[in-house]
Amino acid sequence: MTTTSDQAGLAQPRRQVQTQVLWKRVLKRPEAGALGGAILVFIFFWVIAPPFRQFAAFTTVLYQAATIGIPAVAVALLMIGGEFDLSAGVAVTTSSLAASMFATQVAGSLWAGVVFAMFFSLGIGALNGLLLIRTKLHSFLVTLGTFLMLQGLNIAITKLITGNVATGDISGMAGFNTLQAIFASNFMIGGAQISIAIVYWLIFVALATWVLLRTKIGNWIFAVGGQGDSARAVGVPVNRVKIGLFMLVGFSCWFLAMHLLFAYDTVQSGAGIGNELLYIAASVVGGCLLTGGYGSAVGSALGAFIFGMTTEGVIYADWDPDWFQFFVGAMLLLATVVNTWIRMRATKGK
Amino acid sequence: MTRTETPIIQLKDIGKSYGNINALRGVNLTVRQGEVTCILGDNGAGKSTLISIIAGLFPHDAGEYLVDGEPRQFSSPREALDLGIAAVYQTLALVPLLPVWRNFFLGSELVKGSGPFRRLATATMLAQTQDELQRMGINLENLEQPVGTLSGGQRQVVAIARAVHFGARVLILDEPTAALGVAQSGLVLCYISQAARDQGIGVIFITHNPHHAYLVGDHFMVLARGEVDLDTPRSELTLENLMFHMAGGKGLSTLQHEIHGDGPVAPGT
Repeated sequence: MTTTSDQAGLAQPRRQVQTQVLWKRVLKRPEAGALGGAILVFIFFWVIAPPFRQFAAFTTVLYQAATIGIPAVAVALLMIGGEFDLSAGVAVTTSSLAASMFATQVAGSLWAGVVFAMFFSLGIGALNGLLLIRTKLHSFLVTLGTFLMLQGLNIAITKLITGNVATGDISGMAGFNTLQAIFASNFMIGGAQISIAIVYWLIFVALATWVLLRTKIGNWIFAVGGQGDSARAVGVPVNRVKIGLFMLVGFSCWFLAMHLLFAYDTVQSGAGIGNELLYIAASVVGGCLLTGGYGSAVGSALGAFIFGMTTEGVIYADWDPDWFQFFVGAMLLLATVVNTWIRMRATKGK
Repeated sequence: MTRTETPIIQLKDIGKSYGNINALRGVNLTVRQGEVTCILGDNGAGKSTLISIIAGLFPHDAGEYLVDGEPRQFSSPREALDLGIAAVYQTLALVPLLPVWRNFFLGSELVKGSGPFRRLATATMLAQTQDELQRMGINLENLEQPVGTLSGGQRQVVAIARAVHFGARVLILDEPTAALGVAQSGLVLCYISQAARDQGIGVIFITHNPHHAYLVGDHFMVLARGEVDLDTPRSELTLENLMFHMAGGKGLSTLQHEIHGDGPVAPGT
């Protein structure tokens, strides 16, 4: 049974399945709009800001993109599954704080802190999912609640324990070097320093794409977000899929948190606020529907890449950094309009 | 297709009551391989109660429900499904934004490989979907297109074809033509008679529309207020008579008598 495109197979109707023109197939992908946007933004800063053209600048852009993209890829999966997570931004800080404080105050070991933070972050994700299913409220409301609670806890508990708004330096503790090598090391390519976070980010995006398009779970994620009742009727475990997705976001927050912790040694307890919107914006620019059931992991990466280029491009062009926010907002509106238009064209069958 | 003499489903004097309201009383029904049984009736006539009992949504509380000659009492649709009794409701359980082939296999995906490399057997699923739909006379250019882009009739057929593919011997179709135009209804009706005749599936076709029923039915049952008003094979029935019963039967005669002072004569039986 073959379904490869085969021009000679026109007599056999089954072979017609994939005889579509390549550019039409590309346009039908959810990330088509984001790809176009990324190319345009790249050309824009290439022309306007000469320092942007260096390879070193490009790696900085990729690093910025990775710090948005690692949570954004999980958030994109969650959005395809039909839910939001507004707590993802502060949950990153919560995870860093949990690791740092558990290591210094309780266990006396960095490894224990890292493992504790992972379970803590997975637990926050599971809690979000369980609350959503138990209360049957919209995830916007549930995660807005956990967002505010975590924001308060981050600062209050840090002050209570350290008497300060930041945690102490952990770089002197045993195991720091190994953990830094795992989460926050750099290597050189062509005279430019590249953060290992970029590599992890690309691996996560590739894994997420594989899961979404080539596994049963991926099929379920699309179905759960597209029409939960229909999915339940054919035997898809809707609640388990949703809780799993929230825990995946928790995991991605933990991962970014470990990178930041071992890159900066201390944690500012007020950090992370507002980033959850960047993750959501990156996913939406990348083609995710707010209503669920549609989107892609690669799209979230392109969205993050656009924001990475913008953050750095604004600096290289010598503008005030505040222009970044304006740019993010404008991109979001534009992308939503363009994506909606493309999707309407695409879903008209041909 | 060989046709066994034991009916797949046999209902004997089935009844169901809620408190002291009799939703259904004394219904006898036989579903054989390759036969289309039409169940007609007004709103509240007991159609939904009847198909819910057959599909296993809730148990009957009077009479006998035999599957392959054995008495059964279902407590969940899953049990009915395991015996090959599948219901396709109007909501269809399809996900509009999901491609046709992914919808077709949703919840029963085929996989290959093992461990972390377990993945969807995409090519096999595409081919099987194409085969199954083609057999039913639907030729889609692109199975990657979202199900929401199909016409209402095509969507019905996809949902029915899915039930057949996953082993349904008896299909319960709940008003499959209710929301469709003339051409789309035609498509679905064609498919219903094809599924019954060519694949030997027993079909229970619930509808409001006597014209649609008469086109495909082998056996007709009209329900009124939870009781059987008409129960007859095709050979003993005309469309006019079926319409007469659908329009209210004896109740209509009484009504006409009250309004005009004389009763209509039931058209030729």
